[in-house]
Amino acid sequence: MIRVALPAPLRTHARIDGEVLLDVPPPVTWRAILDALEARHPALRGAIREHGSGRRRAFVRFFACRQDVSHEPPDAPLPDAIASGAEPFVILGAMAGG
Amino acid sequence: MGGVRVLVGTRKGAFVLTADGTRRFWDVSGPHFAGWEIYHVAGSPADPNRIWASQSSSWFGQVIQRSDDGGRTWSSVGNEFAYDGDPGTHLWYDGTPHPWEFARVWHLEPSRTDPDAVYAGVEDAALFHSRDGGRSWQEFPGLRASGAAWQPGAGGMCLHTILVDPTNPARLYVAISAAGAFKSDDAGKSWRPINRGLVSEQIPNPTAEVGHCVHRLAMHPARPDVLFMQKHWDVMRSDDAGESWREVSGNLPSDFGFPIDVHAHEPDTIYVVPIKSDGEHFPPDGKLRVFRSRTGGNEWEPLTKGLPQRDCYVNVLRDALAVDALDPCGVYFGTTGGQVYASADAGESWAPIVRDLPAVLSVEVQTLP
Repeated sequence: MIRVALPAPLRTHARIDGEVLLDVPPPVTWRAILDALEARHPALRGAIREHGSGRRRAFVRFFACRQDVSHEPPDAPLPDAIASGAEPFVILGAMAGG
Repeated sequence: MGGVRVLVGTRKGAFVLTADGTRRFWDVSGPHFAGWEIYHVAGSPADPNRIWASQSSSWFGQVIQRSDDGGRTWSSVGNEFAYDGDPGTHLWYDGTPHPWEFARVWHLEPSRTDPDAVYAGVEDAALFHSRDGGRSWQEFPGLRASGAAWQPGAGGMCLHTILVDPTNPARLYVAISAAGAFKSDDAGKSWRPINRGLVSEQIPNPTAEVGHCVHRLAMHPARPDVLFMQKHWDVMRSDDAGESWREVSGNLPSDFGFPIDVHAHEPDTIYVVPIKSDGEHFPPDGKLRVFRSRTGGNEWEPLTKGLPQRDCYVNVLRDALAVDALDPCGVYFGTTGGQVYASADAGESWAPIVRDLPAVLSVEVQTLP
């Protein structure tokens, strides 16, 4: 199972406690993870990536195994530790402010 | 005796303030959607238990929330606001073409008759509507026919006012920051600018057909051909359904401001909150004063009892003034300092309902049976 960690505002918005566990067939990519996540929690549609274009929202970041994969192509395979569930796929709101 | 429900949108959540008809003792619930910007919360005239909220965030985009139980519980509905076809470009701040980009919903205007129908005014400026309880949203693209020439003001190019003629639902008015006022007589299919009589010295052609920074429009439902406008500078009035405008700023200490509204039972009684200038967004002389005209403009009186009359430097934003339909008429407004003031006597005296909310973006009132 894929483990997905969401930022607190999105957990509250989608009424999610803790991590989301998803069954994602290989190859595991961030596009495939978000497709499965939005299918499970439709309230997240448009909150992580834009409607229509599917682009990652500008102030959202993706981390895998402590690496920022936000700028990786959406269909690039993620590390095995994400695919196996050893590590969570982390979605973050970019730090901003003073 | 009925009651009132005041719906407050703030920079960090929504609040619902309720009272009985005396409007003396208030229950405060919230924050709902804590941490998110709530640009507007509006109740359906057709079903007071149905309430809509525009929730947004620079990080996570737009959410539309709907309550079917008077604000106790909420569910998110559709949030896809796709411009019709290729939206093209408008002018950017430097005068170059800039793609139309959806940013957020500024204003929700529920139908008077259908609880499932609601208009949404958005940034970049466009008008959408839903007829299925918010599940899907469709644009009225005819509004943007002249949009290639529109240019945002400092606050963004937002469609912030939506008025529907209660005697003729096919007649709609909208107002867009830094573009002006627009009118449709065919239920939103086609539109034309209605800015004749506006004079804006800050733009290259002060009497241009579009380009005026209209801050707010207001109408009394019993007299829908009379419109009132708070422009960037100038308070204006139209007696011919927006075809022409004349200034009614009269003796106001400043004719700059954001909100304007009409008394629920007196179509010639209007309220504004003068602000010192476009560079100094606070009340003149540090005195928070609502001004009332009982003559439809020109002659204004300050309403100060219960409002701070020294050292007050808050602002009152365009969607943050509203009236209830009780008798006497209640008047409400919220400030960027987080106060929501209420008057249960048409503005003669005021008291804060709450003092320390996040900056208030919008105030609406439902009059309950």
